[in-house]
Formats: sequence, C-alpha cells, structure tokens
Amino acid sequence: MALVLTEEQTMLRDMAKDFFTEQVPVTNLRKLRDDEDELGYDKAVWAQIVELGFAGILIPEEHGGTGFGPMGLGIVMTEAGRTLAASPLYSTAVLGAGLILAAGSEAQKTELLPKIASGDLLTALALEETTHHNPANVAMTAEKSGDGFKLTGEKRFVIDGHIADTLIVVARTDGAAGEAQGLSMFLVDAKAKGVTVTRTHMVDSRNAAMVALDGVEVSADAALGSIGGAFAELENVLDLGRACLAAEMLGGAEAVFDTTLEYLKERKQFGVIIGTFQALKHRAAEMFCEVEICRSVVLEALSALEERRNDVPRVTSLAKARLGEAARLITNEGVQMHGGIGMTDDVDMGLYLKRARVQAQMLGDSNFHRARYADLGGY
Amino acid sequence: MTALDTFREETRSWLEANCPESMRTPMPEREMPWGGRNATYANPDTKVWMDNMASRGWTAPEWPAEYGGGGLSKEENKVLQQELARIKARPALTSFGLWMLGPALLEFASEEQKKKYLSEIVKGEIRWCQGYSEPGAGSDLAGLQTKCEDKGDHYLVNGQKVWTSYADKCDMIFCLVRTDTTVKHDGISFLLIDMDTDGVEARPIKLISGASPFCETFLTDVKVPKENLVGELNKGWTIAKRLLEHERSMISGMGMGAGAASMGGMETVAKENFGTDGEKIADSSIRQAIADHKMDQQAFGLTLKRSSEEAKSGQGMGAASAMFKYYGTEVNKRRFELLLDVLGTQALGWEGEGFESKELAVTRSWLRSKGNSIEGGTSEVQLNVIAKRVLGLPDA
Repeated sequence: MALVLTEEQTMLRDMAKDFFTEQVPVTNLRKLRDDEDELGYDKAVWAQIVELGFAGILIPEEHGGTGFGPMGLGIVMTEAGRTLAASPLYSTAVLGAGLILAAGSEAQKTELLPKIASGDLLTALALEETTHHNPANVAMTAEKSGDGFKLTGEKRFVIDGHIADTLIVVARTDGAAGEAQGLSMFLVDAKAKGVTVTRTHMVDSRNAAMVALDGVEVSADAALGSIGGAFAELENVLDLGRACLAAEMLGGAEAVFDTTLEYLKERKQFGVIIGTFQALKHRAAEMFCEVEICRSVVLEALSALEERRNDVPRVTSLAKARLGEAARLITNEGVQMHGGIGMTDDVDMGLYLKRARVQAQMLGDSNFHRARYADLGGY
Repeated sequence: MTALDTFREETRSWLEANCPESMRTPMPEREMPWGGRNATYANPDTKVWMDNMASRGWTAPEWPAEYGGGGLSKEENKVLQQELARIKARPALTSFGLWMLGPALLEFASEEQKKKYLSEIVKGEIRWCQGYSEPGAGSDLAGLQTKCEDKGDHYLVNGQKVWTSYADKCDMIFCLVRTDTTVKHDGISFLLIDMDTDGVEARPIKLISGASPFCETFLTDVKVPKENLVGELNKGWTIAKRLLEHERSMISGMGMGAGAASMGGMETVAKENFGTDGEKIADSSIRQAIADHKMDQQAFGLTLKRSSEEAKSGQGMGAASAMFKYYGTEVNKRRFELLLDVLGTQALGWEGEGFESKELAVTRSWLRSKGNSIEGGTSEVQLNVIAKRVLGLPDA
C-alpha cells in the first residue's frame, strides 16, 4: 500500500512532528532572521536533527545512516516544512547524500557519507546559472588541467552555499549550454583558491549564495560520477530533491490551512463568526480539496522513488507542479482571509507566503514541470 | 492452490462458457442492460448474459445469497471483476436498483421487503427510478412537499417529482414524501410506489443535449399499500442521506472513462489539428492546457486510490472522500471544455453529415456533463457539506 504510511513510517512522522513543533517552532526562524544570524541556521537544532538520525536518513546503515529511504526523508521534510524549520537538511541530507549515493565512487561514499550522517559535513549543490531552473543550461567550464580540471564560471541560487564545506559543482567538460551531454560534477572545497561565495539575502530569510569559480583547480578524484555523463545521474537526484521540496511545501500548506481555518472559527465581524460566511466557507472547502490532492501526489512521488519505479520523473513533476500552484493559492488565501493582520509581520502568514515562492522556484517551477510532464507524455 | 485461486479458475471457465461473444465487445448506449418489465433487447445476447449472471447472483456479487445476491466476499468479488475485465465483458445489468436503492434496502428495509425487492433487482426484473427532487426542492431537498396521508388501509400520495431518471421507462419509484408538515427533516418518509398505479404520470424533459434521460413525475391521488413504507414513518431522511452517498459516489466515478474515451486521447487529436514541433503539440497553450488537465486527472485518480487504500488499511473512509463528487464532476466538465478547444468546429455538430459519430458523441457528452455538477447535490452543496462536516465551520 503505497499511499498510506506503514506503522514504522507513522512512528517516524510522529517523532518528527513532535520534534519540529516543540524544538523548532516558527519563532526559531524569526530569531535567526531578526538576529541577522551569520549562519542562517541554528547549530544546536542541527545537532538535534543529527542526533535523531535525520541527517543520515537516506544513507544506508553501513555508511553510518539510518536507511529510511525517500519516503522517510519526505515525511521528515513535511514536518520541517510545517514549522518553516531552517536547517541544512535539504542541501545536505537530500541533495548531498543523494548525489554521493547515486554517483559517488566507493571511496567517496566511504569517506563522505558517514560525515554527512554525523553532521560533520555540509554540502551545497551549485547548479543554477540562469533565472529559471534548467539543469542542461550550464555554461560553467571544467577544462582539463594536468591530471585534474580547472573550473571557471558563476553559479547563483546555491541553496546553503555560504555554509557548505563542500560544493557539488556542475560544470561543462564538453558541449555548449543547453545540451544535456557534456556535464560533469565535481566536489569542490568551499575554501579552495579561486572560490568566492557571496551570501544572498532571500525573501524567505533562508540561505542561498552566489558562487564564483575563477580557475579553481581540482584533482581527477574530485569528479563525482562520470565525466560528461552527469545529466542522467543528476536528474534522478533532482527528482528526489523535487519530491522532498514538494513534501516540505505540503507541510507549509497544511500549516497555513489549519491556522486559517482556526482563524475563520474565531474572528468575528458584523457580530458573527466570519466562518459562517458562505463566500469564505466555499474557499475553505476548495483549499481542503487542494490539500487532499497535494497529499496524494506527494505520497505518490515518494513511493515511486522508494520503489525505484520508471515513472519517477512523471510523478515528481506532477507533485512539484501541483504543490507550486497549491501553495501559491493557499498562502495567498491565508493572507487574504486573515485580513489586515495577514499583512503584518507579527502573523506567520507572510513567512509561509515568502517561503512558498522560494520553494516553488527551487528545482523548477510549475511551468517547468508542466512542460516536462507533457514532454514525458510524448506530446 | 488457495481457495481464491480455485475460485478464479472456476470463475474463468464459467465466464468462458456463459458470456456470449457479443457481450465482450464495446457497448453502444442503446444496448445498455437496464432490465425491467417492459425491457426490449436490441441484441438478444444482452438478456442471455443478464440471466446467466443473475442465476449466480453475480449482478450483485456481494449481496447476501438469501436475497438473490452472489454472497461473495470482497476478495472473491475482486477476482470476479478482474476476470470480467480480462474478457472485456459488458456489465450484465445497469440499474439504479443495484447502485442506489439496493444498498439502502439492505440497511433499512424489513425482512419481507428485502426478500421481495432485492431479488427482483438482482434479476433485472424491476427497473427503479428515484423520486427525490421537486420543482420547489432542489438543493434544499428536505423542503419537499409531496404529501402522503395515512388513509387507514393505504397511503394517499399527491405531488410532483422532477429529475426522475428514466421514469417513463421504469416500473417502480423510490420516493421521499412528506408525512408531517409541522417539521422539516423529521417529517419525511421513504416510500416505494409502482409506476403502473392509477394517478402516476411521467413526462420526459428534453435537455440541452437533446436527450431526455429525466422526467417530471406527477402523483395524483395515488394509493400506495402500507407495506411499501421503508423504515419508520418520518424517518426517511436518514435513508435519503445514505442513498445520496451511493448516488454521489456513482456520479463521481462517471467522469473517468465515459463519453469521449473513444476520442483516442485528446493529445493525439491535438497533434492532428495543430501540427507538431518534434513530438510536441505545436500550439503551446493547448499543450499546456492538456498537460494541466492530465495532471488534474492523475492527481484526482491518486486521491481516489489513496482513500480506498486508507479504507482497506482500516483507517475508515478518509476525509478525502468528501471531495470526490465535487472534484470529479468539475474535472469532467473541464475535460469536455478542453475537448471542444481541441476539436474546434468538429465538436460543434449536432447530427448528420460532416461529423464522425465519436465527434457527435463528444458534443452531446459535453452538454450532458453540465448536469454532473448539479445532479446528486450541486457543487455548491458539496462545498457546504465539506465546510460543515469536515472543516467544522459553523452555520450562519
């Protein structure tokens, strides 16, 4: 039964829910923002996340992880999304662990995966170069240089780029921007000569950075996966990332919906509870339908990944496209239905609204995934 | 070999022997097996297939054998349905008795009523229609006024029903009638009336699609035997609501498949009509609209599947089931609007030359689909139900 949780998964969810609700409420993000925290995440919280085994949730036990798989990871991401928890989970536990597992050599796995699981290594994927996600649209070059490579170019929207120890850089060893062939991945020390990382302050108060590589020399064994054939390896892990983002967005959408529904039952105008107005009731019911649809598509995407099905690209695009649209609707309605106070920074609606837009752009917005869904359908 | 394997083997060979060849081909609408006293069969195999299946109770596979049903377990019925699908068998009986009235009788009727009516339904002997809506009671169904008076040895019924599906072709009607005018919901009773009784008249209503699946049904001094009351007097609303659930799940399931399924996939038609750019439909807005729609359908299908998995895993019908009628019918309406966009002028024919029959079917189905979000509770009523029962939003 793929669309209902097993007993073990339900326990994981309850544990994650308790943890994020009690230890990492939305006030945690507010504090990081208001303190202008240099890291942009709370090290003590990250230590607890590691302690619970979430950092290594994708990593098999032989490499120091808990081996819960994509479904387990998605369940944790949903709960993190519910409280807008800021942590390197996505950049490191999803993309970092995912890419090393999928493309890494035995030596790379043995060295790096235990460090991710123990919270000692933070990674960031340096992929995007343009305003919209397009994994083939990489112009950054990786030229042969002695036994290794020399990387040159600029990356943007590198999530957690300024806190990462290791950057996973996608560069071109062959071909031209726009081509899937000729892409390669490299593990680059964030402190290496020629690397410039500039934090960008994003609307959601979470971490992203611009990364400039100016003739950065890396050795041959810094290559992650095959030279020239990274696109396929990357796409599969990007799908994992997309499903996990969709899961995180689901948590946010559920939180906004629940909060808004409570507000409709409390707030009085014209001497009555505003939830008695049919204009609001119907919109609340529409949101309920959206949330239910979202739950189904997220579970389906995670199940497909868990079972390594061949419709993974199709259902992850379905999930990411749907959550992009649904989160937009629900966060907009959340603000609107809260009325004036919905516009204030005191109420959390705005924080969810901002986060949802950033999540929507990460690894492809709804337009990107609608087009991909059509491509995969052969029309 | 498990008992279920044995059952599958036996079922397969029985179907092989008892399902006529012509019943394994796509079913034209005029060959739908509605049954009933006055049934005519354009294809005589329809009747053979119905009788064969009814002899085993397999027109109602999970109803108890004592009432003529198949007495099958859920698992056995699943096997039966798989085997029927394997040979592409047509339904042996399509019937509001099976889908709506039967389940309600099983729950609320007396032993005598179950024995009589359920076995008639299973055999397709009686064709039933539903007498719920009235000219003054549509969305506000409980406002119904059809009067039912106790005359000692019989009830006397006066009033008018509307939207009674196929009433002009039916033998019996299950009706909601008012037995107490001083209260609203608690003054309604559930009554079975023979359409041949004096004073019953059904007049077909012509719809925008040109078809007349619905009637107005006039009840004038109709005498009804007292044993035709189902459940207690003034307790009909409970039965009515339960029956509406069956009706809503029936309608929400109608969306997938029916009608334009024969169009061979709208993306194929779109490629023909708009040309292609590589594999892509050349018109990007049509391509996007098709992708959007297909995503909607897949997402809705997954939600149906999730709800049924939740039910099987003992979590009960999940909250998601509240949205099926609303969402399914709205998706279906959008599907037909999109098909119109894709087919262009070929979806605008009414009859005759210049149009293929499947194109004409799209036009008629598009018009018919407008009723999906009205019948069985409008979309607005469904949203009210979700707001009240699922979300707990207060009444005004």
